[in-house]
Amino acid sequence: MKIMNCPLNGPRNISEFVHGGEVSQMPDPNSCSDMEWADYVFYSDNAIGIVTEWWLHAPSGYWFIAERHTASDEIIRTFDASEIFNQRYEFPIKAEEAVV
Amino acid sequence: MPFSLLKYGLNKDYPFEKNADLPVPSELKSSYDVVIIGGGGHGVATAYYLAKYHGITNVAILEKGYLGGGNTARNTAVIRSNYLTSEGVKFYSESVKLFKELSNEFDFNIMYSERGQLTLAHTDATVRSFRQRTEVNKHFGGRTELIGPAEIKELVPTLNMNPAHMPVLAGLWHMDGATARHDAVAWGYAKGATQRGVELHQLTEVTDVIVENGKVTGVKTNRGTIQCGCAVQAVAGHSSLVAAKAGFRMPITTYPLQAMVTQPVKPFLDQMVSSSALHCYVQQTGRGEIVFGGGSDPYPLYNTRSTLDLKEGLLAHAIEMFPFMANLRLMRQWTGITDMTSDYSPIMGLSPVDNYYLDAGWGTWGFKATPICGKTMAELVASGGKVPELIKPFAMDRFNVFRQVNEMGATAASH
Repeated sequence: MKIMNCPLNGPRNISEFVHGGEVSQMPDPNSCSDMEWADYVFYSDNAIGIVTEWWLHAPSGYWFIAERHTASDEIIRTFDASEIFNQRYEFPIKAEEAVV
Repeated sequence: MPFSLLKYGLNKDYPFEKNADLPVPSELKSSYDVVIIGGGGHGVATAYYLAKYHGITNVAILEKGYLGGGNTARNTAVIRSNYLTSEGVKFYSESVKLFKELSNEFDFNIMYSERGQLTLAHTDATVRSFRQRTEVNKHFGGRTELIGPAEIKELVPTLNMNPAHMPVLAGLWHMDGATARHDAVAWGYAKGATQRGVELHQLTEVTDVIVENGKVTGVKTNRGTIQCGCAVQAVAGHSSLVAAKAGFRMPITTYPLQAMVTQPVKPFLDQMVSSSALHCYVQQTGRGEIVFGGGSDPYPLYNTRSTLDLKEGLLAHAIEMFPFMANLRLMRQWTGITDMTSDYSPIMGLSPVDNYYLDAGWGTWGFKATPICGKTMAELVASGGKVPELIKPFAMDRFNVFRQVNEMGATAASH
């Protein structure tokens, strides 16, 4: 079976991992248009080449990022998400939605 | 008989191009009214109906490989209309109706064989969804019944009624379910289209799409640049890549789909049997081989490689359903590249580029829609962009307004 190197658990069978889609910049959900949000949620480049994508190691519930070639299926690199996402994102809550 | 054979052998006019089923056009013209990118079933069907019903014959089909060599040749040839949503059932029912007449229409046997499709339920939740599908199907004139274990046993005596310790509770018995020879469908359409003047250019790859002022005006190919009034993109697994050449993104992810077939055995299985809980469907071909198919691979890839883990998983389930199959040997395996949408419905209609029409997102369910898709896409092209009612719900725009057509539960082997 194909082996993937989990940044947390080391080399594991690919069947333990779940693909989570391309890494892309999230637009601000409060100020973006419906089209921008739809583009973020549904659309993708779906290109041939080395892509940066989210993966989950399901047994340990650990999300990380991998660089993988989408034609050769070669996994170039796996790394902790903190390399790209190094700040906590606070979802701004609108005043009327906030529970008082 | 020997004399007539000799006459053929000595005849200088035979074999002659005019006698060929598929005339080979030598050169690309500099301009066409319609360019169809992709010479699979959908592309040639669109060309066929454009020529037949709308008199539009200045059409070029550009195929980078050969006719029907992609997913048209790789699907498991299942025709059915037992979907979940009314939009889906209406659309696929029309396709089943067209399929029934195709052999007569082509004067060429597509080996359409109405065997019925049986989907198994192993949980109460699935039985509930089968009830809904039965009613929606009947409402639109399909022949579908919910049947119990006793009737299932009678229909398919070789089926294990307790596969993988998941007793069969009920079955969705879809009598309209059928199969046909997939290559013949593409050949029949191609023959009909080219006889009416459409040009089929094989080994012609579209390398770029020329867009001026938001409107498509031509395409660049490995054999030169051609102008076009409008273009239809029907390239299945490569949809996102060709769309990128036209300058837009699509809500599509490309996954491999693996299938396989055993050595031939005596006829024992008339119906096509599938179980979504076991992610497996099984059918016996006219040649006696048993075809196995399941869901797409677990992650996206543009590669037709084979994996042992998928085969092991799929066959373990197939053997649970039909235990005696453990003695059979696999003869062939193959993979197709499928363009999956998140709602398991296709994308047909307009694109962000004017006069550039989309026929994509056919994932693992494209073959069964070949006739109706070709017919409605031809209407769309001929009317200059007026979307036919039947395919309105499948516009790419549906994702922008969050109005998906959810057919995930109606796939033969859920993904």
